[in-house]
Amino acid sequence: MNVTATLIGQMLTFSVLVWFVMRFLWEPLTNMLEERKKRIADGLAAAERGQHEQALAEQRASERLHEAKEKAMDIINNAQKRADEIVDEAKIQAREEGERLLAGAQAEIEQEKHRAKQDLKQQVSSLALIAAEKILQKEIDLQTHQQMVDQVAEQLIVK
Amino acid sequence: MSSGATPSSNPVEYIQHHLHNLQFPMESHGFWVVNIDTLFFSCLLAGLIMWLSWKIGKSLSIDKPSALQNVIEAVVEFVDTQVKEIFPSRNPLIGPLALTIFVWVFLMNAMDLIPVDLLPSIALFLGIPYLKVVPTTDLATTFGLSLSVFVLIIYYNIKIKGPIGYLKMFLFHPFGKWLMPVNFVMTLIEEIAKPVSLGLRLFGNMFAGELLFLLIALLSFAWYVLPVQVLFGSLWAIFHILVITLQAFIFMLLTIVYLGMAHTDEH
Repeated sequence: MNVTATLIGQMLTFSVLVWFVMRFLWEPLTNMLEERKKRIADGLAAAERGQHEQALAEQRASERLHEAKEKAMDIINNAQKRADEIVDEAKIQAREEGERLLAGAQAEIEQEKHRAKQDLKQQVSSLALIAAEKILQKEIDLQTHQQMVDQVAEQLIVK
Repeated sequence: MSSGATPSSNPVEYIQHHLHNLQFPMESHGFWVVNIDTLFFSCLLAGLIMWLSWKIGKSLSIDKPSALQNVIEAVVEFVDTQVKEIFPSRNPLIGPLALTIFVWVFLMNAMDLIPVDLLPSIALFLGIPYLKVVPTTDLATTFGLSLSVFVLIIYYNIKIKGPIGYLKMFLFHPFGKWLMPVNFVMTLIEEIAKPVSLGLRLFGNMFAGELLFLLIALLSFAWYVLPVQVLFGSLWAIFHILVITLQAFIFMLLTIVYLGMAHTDEH
């Protein structure tokens, strides 16, 4: 049981083995592990960013919704107001139109009345003349009593 | 050399035979001998590690790691965590060094779990007289590793502290400048104890484990002790799974600690 020259061979084998393991296994493997670690960290960061963005988007969406609701409410209110205005205007117009029509009708009535008075006056005067003629045919000459008859007719109309 | 020794016929010879390396040149003593079986199995396992590294390393997938890649990733991350926790500064060599030590020592130790007679019997059948399967039961392997680490310890000590700083560490530590000779001897012992303890600890554990497997194998002298052999063998093998992992882990951990000490510039 003694140390032999095998020692030298073993040391050489060991050196080569260490070099080989370092070159072909350790370095690529540790690099790969490092890269994997980085990739996982990147992935986690991206996921977090995504979640953050989602939260932001949700917030924006709810804001939009709120805005839209308010706008719709505004539009409805405006429309309501406008409708009220239109109704009011229509009422006013209708009243004015009615008053105008009423005034026209009253004016016409007045005219008719006037014309009827004139007609009546003429007819009464001619009737009176005819009657007077009939009465006076025998005793009164038309020319001499014309003035008197006219006075009578005038009085009739004024009444 | 009765190479066909069976456990029952001659226990001592059986065990000695099992603890004998296949050497080149044969039957010689001293330093200049090469243990072919140790080299063969350690290189075989090193080749397995290289093949796996190359196979995994060239087809790494970030999104869809294969099952094998997952296992390797777990091991690499385990080692990397240890290095990051223990090692004070950054050095791109420490990680792969620790990983290599852990996996290679673990695999070499794991050869212990192969039934002790299986591979030697096959070898004998093929005409190979000796075969010691577990490379870490050979001092050459454990000291090969620990001396490599020792070289790195000295290299980084000088690189980080500078030659003067390294010398100062020997002279003024731990007792201050008035006990320089004592300091020098103590630090020298402390430094040399590092590779020696590293190598001997691993060797001792593995050698003892192997020996115990051999002793259990001796129980096959009669059919009625077979259940006992199976029971003991199973128990020791299960316990040994813990030992081989622990020894590989300790070797790796102490390597990181020692190199970390070489990287600190406090003394």
